[in-house]
Amino acid sequence: MTGALIYACVGAALFVCGVAGLILLPHLLRKILAFNIMGSGVFLMLVGLGQHDNIPDPIPQAMVLTGIVVAVAATALALAFVRRLLYLTSKAQFVANSKSLDQTEEKLITRERNKEGDASK
Amino acid sequence: MSDPIPWLILLPLLWGLLSFLLGVGRGGRLAIVCLVIQLALVALLVGQVVAEKDRYYAVGGWSAPLGIDLHVDGLASVMLLLTHVVILPLGIYARSYFSHNVEGVGYFWPMLGLLLAALNTLFMSADIFNIYVTLELLGLAAVGLVGTAGNTRSILAAIRYLLVTLLGSGVYLAGVALIYGSYGSVALAVLEPLIENEVSVAVFLAAILMLVGLLLKTALFPFHFWLPSAHGGAPTPVSALLSALVIKASFYLILRMWLGLYAPLATIQAAQLLGGLGAVAILWGSIMAFNQTRLKMLAAYSTVAQIGYFFLLFPLITEVGSEAAEIAMQGGVIQLVAHALAKAAMFAAAGVMILSMGKDDIALLSGISSRLPLTLFTFALAGVTLMGLPPTGGFIAKWLLISSAVSSGQWGWVVVMILGGLLSAGYVFKVLRQALLPAAAEMKFRPVNPSLEWPAFLLTFISLSLSFASNNVLNILGAG
Amino acid sequence: MSVNESLLLLVLASSLVPGVIIFFLPESRIRLRTLLNLTGAILKLLLIGYMLWGIQHGQIYILRYNLLLNLELVLKVDALAALFATLSAALWLLTTLYAVGYLERSPHRSRFFGFFSLCVTATVGVAMAGNLFTFFIFYELLTLSTYPLVVHRGTEAAIRAGNIYLIYTLSGGAVLLVAIIWLYSLLGQFEFIYGGVVAVLDSKYSPQLQIIFLLLIIGLGVKAALVPLHGWLPQAMVAPAPVSALLHAVAVVKAGAFGIIRIVYEVYGVEYLQSMNLLIPLAIAASITIIWGSLRALWQSDLKRRLAYSTVSQVSYIILGVSLFSPVSTIGGIVHLVHQGIMKITLFFCAGNYAETLGIHKISEMNGVGWRMPWTSIAFCIAALGMIGAPLTAGYISKLYLNQGAEIADQMWASGVLTVSSLFNATYFLPIMYRFWFKTQPQTWVQERIYARGRWETHGLLLIPPLVSAAATLVAGIFADTDWSPLYWVKLIVKREYLL
Repeated sequence: MTGALIYACVGAALFVCGVAGLILLPHLLRKILAFNIMGSGVFLMLVGLGQHDNIPDPIPQAMVLTGIVVAVAATALALAFVRRLLYLTSKAQFVANSKSLDQTEEKLITRERNKEGDASK
Repeated sequence: MSDPIPWLILLPLLWGLLSFLLGVGRGGRLAIVCLVIQLALVALLVGQVVAEKDRYYAVGGWSAPLGIDLHVDGLASVMLLLTHVVILPLGIYARSYFSHNVEGVGYFWPMLGLLLAALNTLFMSADIFNIYVTLELLGLAAVGLVGTAGNTRSILAAIRYLLVTLLGSGVYLAGVALIYGSYGSVALAVLEPLIENEVSVAVFLAAILMLVGLLLKTALFPFHFWLPSAHGGAPTPVSALLSALVIKASFYLILRMWLGLYAPLATIQAAQLLGGLGAVAILWGSIMAFNQTRLKMLAAYSTVAQIGYFFLLFPLITEVGSEAAEIAMQGGVIQLVAHALAKAAMFAAAGVMILSMGKDDIALLSGISSRLPLTLFTFALAGVTLMGLPPTGGFIAKWLLISSAVSSGQWGWVVVMILGGLLSAGYVFKVLRQALLPAAAEMKFRPVNPSLEWPAFLLTFISLSLSFASNNVLNILGAG
Repeated sequence: MSVNESLLLLVLASSLVPGVIIFFLPESRIRLRTLLNLTGAILKLLLIGYMLWGIQHGQIYILRYNLLLNLELVLKVDALAALFATLSAALWLLTTLYAVGYLERSPHRSRFFGFFSLCVTATVGVAMAGNLFTFFIFYELLTLSTYPLVVHRGTEAAIRAGNIYLIYTLSGGAVLLVAIIWLYSLLGQFEFIYGGVVAVLDSKYSPQLQIIFLLLIIGLGVKAALVPLHGWLPQAMVAPAPVSALLHAVAVVKAGAFGIIRIVYEVYGVEYLQSMNLLIPLAIAASITIIWGSLRALWQSDLKRRLAYSTVSQVSYIILGVSLFSPVSTIGGIVHLVHQGIMKITLFFCAGNYAETLGIHKISEMNGVGWRMPWTSIAFCIAALGMIGAPLTAGYISKLYLNQGAEIADQMWASGVLTVSSLFNATYFLPIMYRFWFKTQPQTWVQERIYARGRWETHGLLLIPPLVSAAATLVAGIFADTDWSPLYWVKLIVKREYLL
């Protein structure tokens, strides 16, 4: 087994871990971390598989760079959304069903009204 | 400005960024002007494609092995034209919609520009890595649009959508890695002849990974779980965009690869599997749509069902006579176009009714037929298109698809298509029936601006005229 | 585009354009709306009249538009199309007048008249369709545009009737679509041609053709209300009277029957069907419908429902005549398309008058109504006698030819079916007439809404249409031998259909 192939295999393992985490973990922050692990796995695969005869190939490197940029942007967007969700519901998890969603919305509305009431006082 | 191709990518990026700096009012106006210009550019491009077959463009003058090639053929032209024909009325609609004091206007125009740039690039991409980048861009812009409203429901829908879309493109990229590892190239033109010769395990695995990634984004049953909340929870212009166009983008890629890159792997079994999932999607989506109490959720589940329709195309074009396959392909493309127009119109009309009612509830629709006759008419015609009844483009599509299924003897799919049409009649008429009832005494409808009603009607009118102009669409399709 | 081609489009436009404009008119623009409607109706009648003249002088009216490579829209006015189109246009004019009076104070009139015009457009389109693809387009358009009229009142019952109507007609339409596409896949593109087009196919296709024929008849039979596909028709009677009158006595059911005529004579060809033994089953289905409809009509206590079941039975006269394989019975069948339309619309107009003027819906409430509303009741009696087949009325002519045709075709059982049905007709119409004139009036009517003023027993616009159509019933019966009667025209059609 060449070194490049080892990278690729480790990448594949990381990828599987990431996918499993993304699907199974309930906490949103962990999901975002899992996504990053998944992404790193794919990048390793790209670099590893792209390396024929142990000569570094520039094209996968360029692709991975692009991929990293995309992943950073996606992570930032995800974090922004989770922060917003944390502000709205004080939980970083999916709400189970729409009934409880309606309840949290009502709570939120009353909270904001109370704030407004306090301000007007 | 001799070549429209780079401008179709640069222009939306440019006005997207500018509209962020200019603010909502002027940004919106700029966007509309640019959309008109883009429509003209697309018309120019389509004219070129029809005249001189495929168009290629090497970005920055660097061609395939080192640089990025863009490629426009018949199918891509149809999708580009469709995108712009749908987006322009939706843009006018959105300007008016957000002037009714609805939350979420802040990021709409910049996001729309990015979304459009991603869509255009995606349709023109000729290598699988570039496709990955456009998929990610498209996904991020779409997620941003879903979250623009900023309330709990839409934020949750956005996060779920984001995770799904990231997972989808991640899985897709793993497939790209395998392909690159096997052949050392990502350009479709280079890969296609190579794969025709031999199909290794790695390629097979890559095909499955890419397909699953794209199916996740297309929301085919059972990957549809994220769609209703995202499409039903977003501000209405966004819902219309997502259902009409964004879903189509990943479907377009599946179709592309089915016919091109992975043609040796496109077996009857695989086609039957996709068709079977499509059939379940039709059934499940229609039943769920019928059970909804909110108008936008109904439209969103209807999209789930209609996506199923698209996948019935695969058994009809795989290993059948060339004539049957061609008819099916024509029917499928007209179905794509008709659905995009009709679903955009349906969401837009639903949005107008919701604004007027003040709440998204089908039970409150009674009496709306005398308040918003034009909008109800729009909704009804869009529904008729989805049912595949004349005189709409949906009917032409259904006619062609059933013709193809009959001539290749696949009666099972005929039954599915007929049943699907009847089921969609079920949920469409559920809405129309309620709207034709006399108004409840205490119901107060708010007046809405006619500039909201007319763009929606325009969309449905185009889908109506599609039944007379389908020959032209097929001419463009056949050009590539 | 030649003059004749644009004429065809004008005929469609003369109801489509007023319909679309009316949708956008506010409720209060009553005069403009009525003017538009009447202009459209008169224009359509004139245009079709001109075409009738043209057809007699050898003009050909055909318009082809290529939708796709192998898919044409074809509009064509031949003698048969002209017959149905004339009937629809003439009765549209009458019904428009009637509806203006009937709906004087009710809400949503713009919507009503808009869809009404669309229905007429669809019906005339069905008549003028030159191939099955075009036929199907207008056939489904008819389904869609009648639905809002059925549920127009917005009551529980109307909504339920609307649901039933949709389930029946959309399913029927789906079956029809499959059959048509199947036929297209066997034959390629084809038009309606005298004598049929199917016979060219190799005999190995005959089993398929038999299944397709069955599917076509099921698809069209839903609208033509063939038993057991008739369930929607009595339910749909909750619609306002003008709708029942025009749509359920003329447009919708006749579109089904008309389609069957086209299929039998101009797609399959009557000779071919006879050789495949497909005509007898069709005749039997029609006979069952005739008897069943008449029987059910006997038990109805609501006047409109009784008329509805009567329609179920009478429409199948057309199908019976068409399927007996003799030119004479075909004459009887096709001429009944016109005669039944005139008579049934009269009956529905009258039923509407009783309901609107005196609030009477049930037959048991009709004692002595003839003395309160003599004109309406005379019109009703003429039309009812016509239905029974009394001499001097249009109905007599139809039944005469049907009976003779059955004899010539040597199918005496069909003649027996007609006799039994006539007996039933008499049994459910004569008691009503007896009540009209020989029972004493009650002290007060159920709900008298329009009071008699001098000679006008009800609103003038409600009275004139039934009188005109009742007169037409008599004229078509008495002057059946003249050159301008429906009978004469039908003889011309049948000559061509049998390639004589």
